[in-house]
Amino acid sequence: MMDLSHNAQWVLMSTLLLGMAAGIIGSFAYWKRQSLMSDALSHAALPGVVIGYAVIGAKLLPVMLAGAAASAFAGSLLIQWIRSSSRVKEDTAMGIILSVFYGFGIMMLTIVTRMPGGNQSGLDSFIVGQAASMVRQDVMIMTGVALLVLLVAIVAFKEWKLFLFDPQFARGAGLSSRLMDAVYLTVLVLVIVAGIQAVGVILMAALLIIPSVSARYWTDHFGRMLILSALFGGAAGMGGTLISVYGEGLPTGPFIVIAAFALFAVSLVFGAKKGLVHTFLTQKAQKKHGMKLIPQQQLLEKGN
Amino acid sequence: MSYTGWILLTASLVGLSCSVIGVLLILRRMAMMADAISHTVLLGIVVAFLVTRQLAGVHMLVGAIMAGLLTAVLVQWLHSRGVQQEASIGIVFTTLFAVGVVLIATKVGNAHLDVQHSLMGEITFIPWETIHLPWIGSVPEAVVMLTLVLIFIVAVIIAFYKEWKITSFDPALAASLGIPVVLMHYMFMSLVSVTTVAAFDAVGAILVVAMLITPAAAAYLWTDRLSVMFVLSAIFGVLSAFAGYYAAVWLDTSISGSMAFATGVVFMISFLCSPKHGILAKRKIKPA
Amino acid sequence: MNSVLSVQGLSASYRKYQVLDRVSFEIQPGTLTGIIGPNGAGKSTLLKTLLELHPKLTGAVSFFGTSYKKAKNRVGYVPQRGSVDWDFPTDALDVVMMGLYGRIGWLRWPGRTHRQLALEALDKMGMADYAGRQISQLSGGQQQRVFLARALVQDADLYFLDEPLAGVDAATERAIMNTLQVLKENGKTVMVVHHDLQTVEDYFDHVLMLNRSVIAHGPTDAAFTKENMIRTYGGAIRWMGEMSG
Repeated sequence: MMDLSHNAQWVLMSTLLLGMAAGIIGSFAYWKRQSLMSDALSHAALPGVVIGYAVIGAKLLPVMLAGAAASAFAGSLLIQWIRSSSRVKEDTAMGIILSVFYGFGIMMLTIVTRMPGGNQSGLDSFIVGQAASMVRQDVMIMTGVALLVLLVAIVAFKEWKLFLFDPQFARGAGLSSRLMDAVYLTVLVLVIVAGIQAVGVILMAALLIIPSVSARYWTDHFGRMLILSALFGGAAGMGGTLISVYGEGLPTGPFIVIAAFALFAVSLVFGAKKGLVHTFLTQKAQKKHGMKLIPQQQLLEKGN
Repeated sequence: MSYTGWILLTASLVGLSCSVIGVLLILRRMAMMADAISHTVLLGIVVAFLVTRQLAGVHMLVGAIMAGLLTAVLVQWLHSRGVQQEASIGIVFTTLFAVGVVLIATKVGNAHLDVQHSLMGEITFIPWETIHLPWIGSVPEAVVMLTLVLIFIVAVIIAFYKEWKITSFDPALAASLGIPVVLMHYMFMSLVSVTTVAAFDAVGAILVVAMLITPAAAAYLWTDRLSVMFVLSAIFGVLSAFAGYYAAVWLDTSISGSMAFATGVVFMISFLCSPKHGILAKRKIKPA
Repeated sequence: MNSVLSVQGLSASYRKYQVLDRVSFEIQPGTLTGIIGPNGAGKSTLLKTLLELHPKLTGAVSFFGTSYKKAKNRVGYVPQRGSVDWDFPTDALDVVMMGLYGRIGWLRWPGRTHRQLALEALDKMGMADYAGRQISQLSGGQQQRVFLARALVQDADLYFLDEPLAGVDAATERAIMNTLQVLKENGKTVMVVHHDLQTVEDYFDHVLMLNRSVIAHGPTDAAFTKENMIRTYGGAIRWMGEMSG
């Protein structure tokens, strides 16, 4: 790995950290049963990026990221509002926000890039990602975001566990679900916004979903799941980047996703807890010995 | 027909087909599945292109249907293994899309199929790519394809209207009555795939999603009758297409982006003002 | 005796757990059977497995001496109310007519006779006035009656109902049980997954006690005993002496 250029090293660091952060917050999203929310919010971030650029008149990263975050927040609030105040269901609301915000973003993007001085390639990269051209500043941002995620996850670990598994009980026990929701959403948006630079809007969702689902196949323990998700996410980030670096000009984003999927496939087949091999062997044993009466306390899982 | 006329016609056809299928889509709670399929058809098109080395419409349709079915099958399989529905969709479509992007970047080179184009479409080129029909003359290929798709969709929906209704409302009952629920599910996924790819050239992937979901959601807020919902959804689809086009011309911006945004505006108006299910109406009902 | 339903050695699993373990029983015509057991004991799964909505691991099932596929139009199913989206744009009459779709067949539209049948079924459940009402505007009890009307219109010989009395008002409960009683008197067979132990003796002439396998099955006064209850619920209930009502 010594022959990697300076630039490639920055990219590697960034995608590693991004993968880890995405793995952790992605687990939270999974347990909240909102896996695709990240897809919706990634798309909803686009108008904010463009407006941020337009307002300042230059490609200033922090402004554009702030715009992206604001836009994503607005999107999530609208989804909530639609879902709670009308009979439109959550998946429909997500689809609406996803496509309408994105459409609006494209409208703005086209207008802005036709303005004098409009640097189209800079904004375009938010759509497909530009991991290959990340620089030191990006790594700083990624590190900040990753550390924030880690901090949030560790400091309130048992609160998260309670909040995610049984929000009603948590509320009864005095845990403010509004606060937890707000923190969760903030961190989610930050990770998304930091990440779409690297892998683009469409593939960000992959990084948030795939590693956390993969972790599920190895453990039932919440803490270990978080750690594994982070590891898988980081590995996917690194793996994908390495492939694209050595592959000369191959796009980074898609390979990160493919790397994540490879880890998922392995987990699916060989996972110690629910993998195919394990289930197959267990069923064989079940058929052989019949089963004892399950105790009253074991209720059927109602789906994950 | 004039240049503008063709564009408006194309957009209206997109609005019509998508919004009609969209009604069943949102009632079956498959909105995000539509999002997924609109991305994975990219892979279908790429593979079709690599296999046939042609960009002809028919090949794209076949590739799209297969991609759509593959998506539905894989999502179903993962879900049956215990993965949440949404997560299953997320895993399958992002991976398939990533594969599509890689294939484009490595194998396809410059052949008109760049990711940007597929995602955003380019309706302004539609009137130029024509084919010759007997009696009618020179017609844009997209218009022909969209018209055929629209006729097909409407025919299938009408022919199996009660089966669509019952499998959307109560699949368990439908199964117990002998109606092939699973078959209809995959048939529906194929319809979505076909509609998506037909609209691709015109408005691109993400915006097909807008047309598929939003007019139907708006119609949902105006009526309690399924038949009326179909009609309203179609009207909203065409309305958004027209409004979007003219707004885009006025602002000199992306036509497809504008149309997607227009669907959102129509939805917002419905969300707020619908006498049956709108927010303002509900506020009035609240007792003093 | 020609049994209406014959089940031998039926086993099924749900996710990791084996929920049904070699279940065997036979149901005679004209009986009104309550299926009881603790949560997770497989009651709903039993229904779904019999109706082939859920895969079975082992076992043989016959309906009226033949396979389910051949007997499908003689079997009616009323699923749990929560399994449906009540925001769907349709009215009560329409929902009842859906019960006839299997009979109407492909590519045909429901006609006047079908409407009439549906209206009559609604009337039997006291819901004729609500025929045009959007289903989201119905109360829980009313929704349940619409579901039952939909089952009646199928004119089946064997009915399965999954927790039809859960969360309904007293009037609806009476209406439903009356209807089931009338069905039984007309020679139909009814099986009901039931949750309220207090009413078992009043409502059902037969009882099937299930905890992953059949603990007891037979006429209520014979099978619904304290010993069997303890074996079914595994000591998770307290026997409160004489149960009223």
